[in-house]
Amino acid sequence: MDWEKLVQLAVNGLTLGSVYALVALGFSMVYGILKLLNLAHGDVLMVGAFIGWGMLGFLGGAQDPSVGVWLLIVLMVLAAMVGCGFLGVAIERFAYRPLRRAPRIAPLISALGVSFFIQNSVLLLYGANFRSYESFDLVDVEVGIHWGPLNVWILRVVVFAAALAMMLGLWLLVTRTKLGKAMRATAFDREAAAMMGIDVDRVIVKTFFIGSALAGAAGVLVGLIFGSINHFMGFGYGLKGFTAAVVGGIGSIPGAMLGGMLIGLAEAMSVGYIEDFTFGRLGSAFSDLVVFLILIVFMLVRPQGILGKREVKKV
Amino acid sequence: MSEQPPQSPRIGIDEWVASAEGRRELGVAARIEERFARVPPVVKLVLLAAPFVAYPLLVDSDYLMQVGVDTLVFVLLALGLNVAVGWVGLLDLGFVVFFGLGAYLYAAVASDYAGRHWQAQFAIPLIAVTVAVVGFLVGLPSRRLVGDYLAIVTLFFLQLWLVVLVNSTFTRGPNGISDIRPLSFFGREVTSLESYYAIALVAFVLVVSVLYLVNQSRTGRAWRALREDELAAELMTMPVNRLKLMAFAVGAGVAGTAGAIFAPEQGAVFPASFDIVLLITVYAMVVLGGAGSLLGVTVGAVLINASLEALRDADNASWLFYCAVVIGLLVLLKPRWLPAAILAGTVAFGLVVHEVAERARPSLVEGTPFGDTRIDRLAEQWVLLPEGAVGPDGLPAGALARLAYVGFVAAILGLTLIRSRLWRSVALVPVLYLGACVWENILLAQPAVTRFVLIGAMLVALMALRPQGIFGRQRVEIV
Repeated sequence: MDWEKLVQLAVNGLTLGSVYALVALGFSMVYGILKLLNLAHGDVLMVGAFIGWGMLGFLGGAQDPSVGVWLLIVLMVLAAMVGCGFLGVAIERFAYRPLRRAPRIAPLISALGVSFFIQNSVLLLYGANFRSYESFDLVDVEVGIHWGPLNVWILRVVVFAAALAMMLGLWLLVTRTKLGKAMRATAFDREAAAMMGIDVDRVIVKTFFIGSALAGAAGVLVGLIFGSINHFMGFGYGLKGFTAAVVGGIGSIPGAMLGGMLIGLAEAMSVGYIEDFTFGRLGSAFSDLVVFLILIVFMLVRPQGILGKREVKKV
Repeated sequence: MSEQPPQSPRIGIDEWVASAEGRRELGVAARIEERFARVPPVVKLVLLAAPFVAYPLLVDSDYLMQVGVDTLVFVLLALGLNVAVGWVGLLDLGFVVFFGLGAYLYAAVASDYAGRHWQAQFAIPLIAVTVAVVGFLVGLPSRRLVGDYLAIVTLFFLQLWLVVLVNSTFTRGPNGISDIRPLSFFGREVTSLESYYAIALVAFVLVVSVLYLVNQSRTGRAWRALREDELAAELMTMPVNRLKLMAFAVGAGVAGTAGAIFAPEQGAVFPASFDIVLLITVYAMVVLGGAGSLLGVTVGAVLINASLEALRDADNASWLFYCAVVIGLLVLLKPRWLPAAILAGTVAFGLVVHEVAERARPSLVEGTPFGDTRIDRLAEQWVLLPEGAVGPDGLPAGALARLAYVGFVAAILGLTLIRSRLWRSVALVPVLYLGACVWENILLAQPAVTRFVLIGAMLVALMALRPQGIFGRQRVEIV
């Protein structure tokens, strides 16, 4: 047994999983409140990655940053969060709000359109080439935790901690503040919430802002640990993020975290071991197959996810 | 409607619906529609097919013939997608997999790579049936999945399909299979584009007829009932799951047929031909024409494919753009004199800005337009064309160009928020001018990408303004 490989894969899985969890949270919040699958969520992440990249360039680039490295990273994440938050609000306002009363399929098609529009706009403005964060120049790859078989680059630790901190913050927001209470009420029953004096539209806008800001942060974190970004990256992250939300239980914050970690670990492990297990027939590119199988199994066996509550269909 | 006295409600029609129909304004369009509804189906089919039959007689270039065949393939695809999306209301985001599967299956039974060359009269029906069975299998999870979950499972299915195609050595990965044999009926090989057009046309007529009959049948009515209210349909003892699977299978079969015609016509299949871009294009076709209407879907497919082809080229694109803006203004804005006033205002505004820019900073107007038509030479005198706004790779070179694009999108969105008609019209003038500048500088530099930007924007705008598409029927949610 190659412990070093296993530990390394676990570390990869957890960092990847924390990113998936952030994406899953945005999906889950929007789905909880609007019962709407925000297919453009992955593209918001991609835009976040590009905003972070632009911020990096604006502040002098990875080789010669004009501010301290950690401050630089914080600024990148903040810029992406604010930018994506407003992007999310705009998407809600112009693509989804006019369709509140439309047949269920209409907002989904609108979401497809938004996703396609954003992707191709970025393609138009930045081209199809991968852009690099050059994170190895930002933080030396040797810096980090070295402890037995455990070798973790410090940036991965930071990404993981940042994602956890954001999730904790969101959890506190949802459980401890008035806005959180309003969000939960709106998710539970939009009409009843409106009758109780909650401004439902504002709650929805704030939900979109928060969810999209998390996706934007996730985009920068992805750029930091994997280095390169392009206009099509959002598709994969959106898909995995949604899978994580479903597996964890849609509408549940701890569920999204759990689901994200699970999907991240499953993907990392299958990247590492799928070749051994299939006797070299399937390469690491087929790790998506494993994630897909997990999704299918959950859909068929436990559609409410690990921590979700079973929904009773009311007539 | 007109023969019956308005007082007597027709049997089998909900009173509310009947009153809504009675209230419907009988304008020119409604009267044409009513007349058209009374035409016998065979005549409708002839009318629908007539333009397609006439097309090859009117064109004489190979390129246009090629476009014609592609258009028919797209029409078939859109018709197939319409079954799941338009009639049953299932959001199937893995639809292009069936098309790709049909194409790759053809490659498997008739290519030098596979070392086989099956006759088309066996291959095509066999492929259609096989793909329909696969569609049935993919539809299986839909039994347990409500609405949006199905979308994500099918989307993931599409992703997997691409992963497998690109990474598998069996299908030769991204290089695809490029030595596909042409269709061959009873030993006679089909080589000319005209013959492929004829084959695709026959397939189109067959598919439209079959789909029309299915839609008129008990199954078709059950599908639509399912779309309107699944729970109610189930209570009426409709076999909901079986109906959904049937829709998946029928749609997949049509897509498989389209694939089996597409592969030999192209002579090669690549994974990149069956990706999400194609998916969204086909969705745009179905939605633009009007999901649920065979005529609408056909027209949508023709319109979208024709404009995608036309937009490939910068010269055509600029004509199309300015015509579309003018026509759009004429249709959308009332009273009649308003569009003229806005257009005149925009032209005057542009001339002033151009003049000021030329005096203040000549480099702002020294670029060259991308197109080379009369309209581009006119535009050169009017819009700002900064020198070096676009790099040699066609991408915007400076932050200013990108900001202009983002600002234009934001301005268009912002316009919809202005309530007062007067101020909206006034604000439209600089936005239109900004749009023209962005078009000439950024969008025209990469017409191939611009087409897809436009498709995405069209989907969003269509859903907000006219979700039923051109020929669809507006649906009212009854709560």
